[in-house]
Amino acid sequence: MKVIMSGNEAMARGAYEAGCTVASAYPGTPSTEILENFATYEGVYAEWAPNEKIAFEVASGASIGGARSLTTMKHVGLNVAADPLFTMAYEGVNGGFVVVSADDPGMHSSQNEQDNRLFAPHAKVAMVEPSDSQECKDFIKEAYKISEKFDTVVLYRSTTRVCHSKSIVELGEKENVGVKSYNKDIKKYIMIPAHSQKKHYEVEERLEALREYSNTSTLNRVEMADTKIGVITSGISYQYAKEVFGEKASYLKIGLSFPLPDKLIREFATKVETLYIIEENEPYLENAVKVMGITCTGKDLIPVCGELNPDIIRKALLGVSPEQTYTSDIKPPSRPPVLCPGCPHRGIFYAVSKYKDIIATSDIGCYTLGMMAPLNVADTVICMGASISAGIGIQKASLMGNRESKIFAFLGDSTFFHSGITGLINAVYNNSPIVTCILDNRITGMTGHQENPGTGKTLQGKPAPEVDIEKLVLAVGIKSENLRIVDPYKFAETEVAVKEAYKSTEPFVIITKQPCALIKSVLKKRVNIKCVIKEDKCKKCKGCLKIGCPALMFRNDVASIDKNMCNGCGLCKQICKFDAIEKVGE
Amino acid sequence: MSEIKNILFVGVGGQGTILASKILTEGLMKSGMDVKMSEVHGMAQRGGSVTTQVRYGEKVYSPLIEKGQADVIVAFEKSEAARWIPYLKKDGYLVVNDYEIYPVTVLIGADKYPENVSEKLKTIVKNTIILNAAAIAEDLGNIKAQNVVLLGCLIKALKLEHINWNDVLQDIVPAKAIELNKKAIRVGMET
Repeated sequence: MKVIMSGNEAMARGAYEAGCTVASAYPGTPSTEILENFATYEGVYAEWAPNEKIAFEVASGASIGGARSLTTMKHVGLNVAADPLFTMAYEGVNGGFVVVSADDPGMHSSQNEQDNRLFAPHAKVAMVEPSDSQECKDFIKEAYKISEKFDTVVLYRSTTRVCHSKSIVELGEKENVGVKSYNKDIKKYIMIPAHSQKKHYEVEERLEALREYSNTSTLNRVEMADTKIGVITSGISYQYAKEVFGEKASYLKIGLSFPLPDKLIREFATKVETLYIIEENEPYLENAVKVMGITCTGKDLIPVCGELNPDIIRKALLGVSPEQTYTSDIKPPSRPPVLCPGCPHRGIFYAVSKYKDIIATSDIGCYTLGMMAPLNVADTVICMGASISAGIGIQKASLMGNRESKIFAFLGDSTFFHSGITGLINAVYNNSPIVTCILDNRITGMTGHQENPGTGKTLQGKPAPEVDIEKLVLAVGIKSENLRIVDPYKFAETEVAVKEAYKSTEPFVIITKQPCALIKSVLKKRVNIKCVIKEDKCKKCKGCLKIGCPALMFRNDVASIDKNMCNGCGLCKQICKFDAIEKVGE
Repeated sequence: MSEIKNILFVGVGGQGTILASKILTEGLMKSGMDVKMSEVHGMAQRGGSVTTQVRYGEKVYSPLIEKGQADVIVAFEKSEAARWIPYLKKDGYLVVNDYEIYPVTVLIGADKYPENVSEKLKTIVKNTIILNAAAIAEDLGNIKAQNVVLLGCLIKALKLEHINWNDVLQDIVPAKAIELNKKAIRVGMET
């Protein structure tokens, strides 16, 4: 049967067909939909873990326990999971173990552009790269075979365009591999120095065996046509190269990209006149080919930064620019992403925005958008959980520099569970009088609404206990007098909490509680609640525009609220000095 | 190599470009064509400028549309049409929803929304079709169906009326919204 699938849907299908039965992940664009889809298949266990390290370790354990296992994450997630990766590379597998790293060239939704292909040689694990949805499905089945045959973790590296492009997939049958028996084997699964010192030799031998295999693997494919130009490429870059050169070049398309097929590369290089290496971001293939003493052209002409596309390749290698068809002098407005209308995060950001002398450390999630004008509440964003820990550092630096800085750290419920909690423990343990604002909207928001340990539901829809953030915060040592729980839709209450936090000289926590405005049940509940401007009372002071709500506009000298966007959160009504906004439909 | 057709959907996050392109893609596959679609998720969806790209023909490699190569651009928001017209092929069609979404930058006065967009677009691109899909959808019962109204208009421009779109809708759209969407796609095709 043929169906249209995104790369992520196809990877999920491939894992299912391969007989994978245990999967654990933390959501992250562009990887999120892999687990969401995998979870819907019969006879599998799939879970959201609090972070990528936990997910990786759960999948490691599942592999040791004999199940074919899967963990998926965005590129930066693999940094979090790097610790178990490097040691599981030594321990190897029992049931096949595939780790999907979904990289984000062009940084559509990420904080950096790291190329995780470089992890494979660093960690010494096999790597497979698909280039379309059919390959996403087929290659993952091959990856499980490689994993078990060579006793290795397989890094399955995809990118945004592979994950989120859809193409036609021919479905296959599920393999019944079952779950292997578990046999205690401490030399394999306990990495004390005496064992790991021996293991390292085995890892090197395994890589040699894999290199031989790479030369014959069907994942690496030669397509000979015109031999004036030869292209070595992998992943989505293969599709772009085919688009640009078509039959006017020959290709070595690499699917098993670590260890690289050395003999195949040498043989291909001798058959073509000019050798191009076409790859996105880092010169991973190019460096390897050059180390082999083969002359080739790649990053001299193709940029390292940004996402690749056929236009860039055509211009870089053929000197051809796209035909100019239409241009206009219409200047479309810039559209930076913003907090949604009715977003419960808006209230506390607006309250904090009045304190001009604070430093706001933000985090990965929707609250990053607190940085946008007119709120402008964010000084730093680094990585998951760093709002609290970097906030502590800034506070300590201020102390050493005899400056007075009040730090407000912002993060959401899911990010707090991910790696914020350890930062909060540090704030308490080392007595850092920062304010931690946990914006609890009962969902993992930015990645498109995934369950988390606070939502009371698992990935597969089963009820679960809700982690009580309030009790957790008290348990790590925040004093109850330094904890405020507010409804961010109630502005006066939020403002008071912020004021008290500002004055506090001890570690302080504010928890805002209000579900994300886009959660289906919330949308349904609030569908008829709107705020409306009473034109007779409006003084056109534009005070309401200071909250940066996309539903509020001032056009032709009239303030108005878009009724299709507004969900009646009422923040604008509460800050209007002239009582010119009313709430209707309650 | 046979001709590849390129359709670029542009709009603002949350307008339903992804659903419209999903319906199109499914219909094209059912009619026996190779098809690829590319979309952007994540942060851009929070009110940002978004695109969805669909390419179809006998064999499609890249999922991305290059500059000057789009046979049709469907703009769910007026000013977004202007942003993306360098991607339109010579004599390609520009389907424009007569609908404005002001970004916060404009709302707070840091940026301006351009004037006379429709008139200007018409003078630049001969094959410009402007319709008020939001109003049409609202008349049909729900403004959310504006994406399917625009899809109907696109289907007509691509001469793809022979595909059984009602069947495709049946497979993709939730049961309670099917009738509305069938009407919306038909009205779009008749516009």
